[in-house]
Amino acid sequence: MPAVLIEDVHKSYGALEVLKGVSLAVEPGQVVALIGRSGSGKSTLLRCVNGLEAFQSGRIEVAGHAVDQDPKRLRDLRKDVGIVFQSYNLFPHLTVGQNIMLSPRITKNVPQAEALALAKDVLAQVGLSDKFDSYPDNLSGGQQQRVAIARSLAMKPKVMLFDEVTSALDPELTGEVLLVMEKLAKGGMTMLLVTHEMNFARTVASTTVFMHQGKIWESGPSAQLFAAPQTPELRNFVKAGAH
Amino acid sequence: MVTFGWPEAFFIFRAAGWTLLLTAIAFMIGGLMGGVLAILRLSRIKLLRRFAAGYILVIQSIPVLMVLFMSYYGLSLFGIELPPFFAASASLAIYVSAYLAEIWRGSIEAVPFQQWEASSSLAHSPAQTYRYVILPQAVRISLPPTVGFLVQLVKNTSIVSVVGFVELSRAGQLVNNATFQPFQIFTLVAAIYFAICFPLSRLSRHLEKVMNASRPH
Repeated sequence: MPAVLIEDVHKSYGALEVLKGVSLAVEPGQVVALIGRSGSGKSTLLRCVNGLEAFQSGRIEVAGHAVDQDPKRLRDLRKDVGIVFQSYNLFPHLTVGQNIMLSPRITKNVPQAEALALAKDVLAQVGLSDKFDSYPDNLSGGQQQRVAIARSLAMKPKVMLFDEVTSALDPELTGEVLLVMEKLAKGGMTMLLVTHEMNFARTVASTTVFMHQGKIWESGPSAQLFAAPQTPELRNFVKAGAH
Repeated sequence: MVTFGWPEAFFIFRAAGWTLLLTAIAFMIGGLMGGVLAILRLSRIKLLRRFAAGYILVIQSIPVLMVLFMSYYGLSLFGIELPPFFAASASLAIYVSAYLAEIWRGSIEAVPFQQWEASSSLAHSPAQTYRYVILPQAVRISLPPTVGFLVQLVKNTSIVSVVGFVELSRAGQLVNNATFQPFQIFTLVAAIYFAICFPLSRLSRHLEKVMNASRPH
């Protein structure tokens, strides 16, 4: 059974239809990259997957949870599905350690000692063991984003969503974040990511999906998709250097 | 004729205590009400939102003096006699609640909506999101204007003298009626208000600076 199953999803904002029947499956352990121009619907699709956006018709199932807007079911879904945002969204009033320990403590009743060990473990995974007691404001953008990834990992998600996580970063800081994501991918994490980093999509994602005008325009194994784009839209997009 | 001396000064100082007590009670009760109103104002349920908005609009649109008259004289028409201290505390609490509700609503709304998204994406319930993520940040944002409002409240308590409650201003008037030394007396009264309000104003300014310095960039 796929970890993420999207079937004929339609979504509109008023009269504007942003997703026009999108279907996609992500198998457990698979890394799928969503690429496309701004406004192509890729971020909206990603946000539909964890219920941040409601959709009008179609079906989404993630890690065995059907996605709808019922608050209780959404919370259960989100215990299994992590998301990392472009703007990090760490909680500024909490230290790095507290940011990471909060959700396991209050949503899964993980005991303090266990949450502490968990936090140290995930911080080590993103290479920031020494920042446990720092406040987010005192970290660089790249470090904040790695903490955000660690915070998601502490929930032991079955699926991780990444929404343009390097787009707000200075070029010299994107590398450290991508490295962490690559490590996760190699460790077998199921990942669905929206990205502008074509190189990352080509080398790390097994499948790349090109979205255009609210539809999946073209998709396939990443190497093949980038080497031999079939549609003129993707050819232009790849040639334009992806911006 | 009585002259202004230690007993009179002592009378005024004791009245200053009532001003402080009245301020504290109005602030605490009004704060509790204001907190609830702020949350109602942001509720997902339209009726609750409307109710809170209506209450705030009405209270902010009438002088606190009228609230005071209504609770003191108005209710006595129906045979409900409120002691002056009670009527004064209640009226001021109502006044405080409407203003703090708006200050706090603004503070809650000033927390970026991405914090709500991040929190709910981590499977927090709406109550947990308020408790652990939004309110701690909103409180920081609200501290300078809240303390600033407290300064206004200290001064506005003088209004309750009209229902015969003897707080700082009223005590000054009474002593003056007996001694006819207005300059000395009201200088003392003003000095006491200043001694209460000045540190609070400075605290508000200080908090504002500290909060701005630590705002995420």
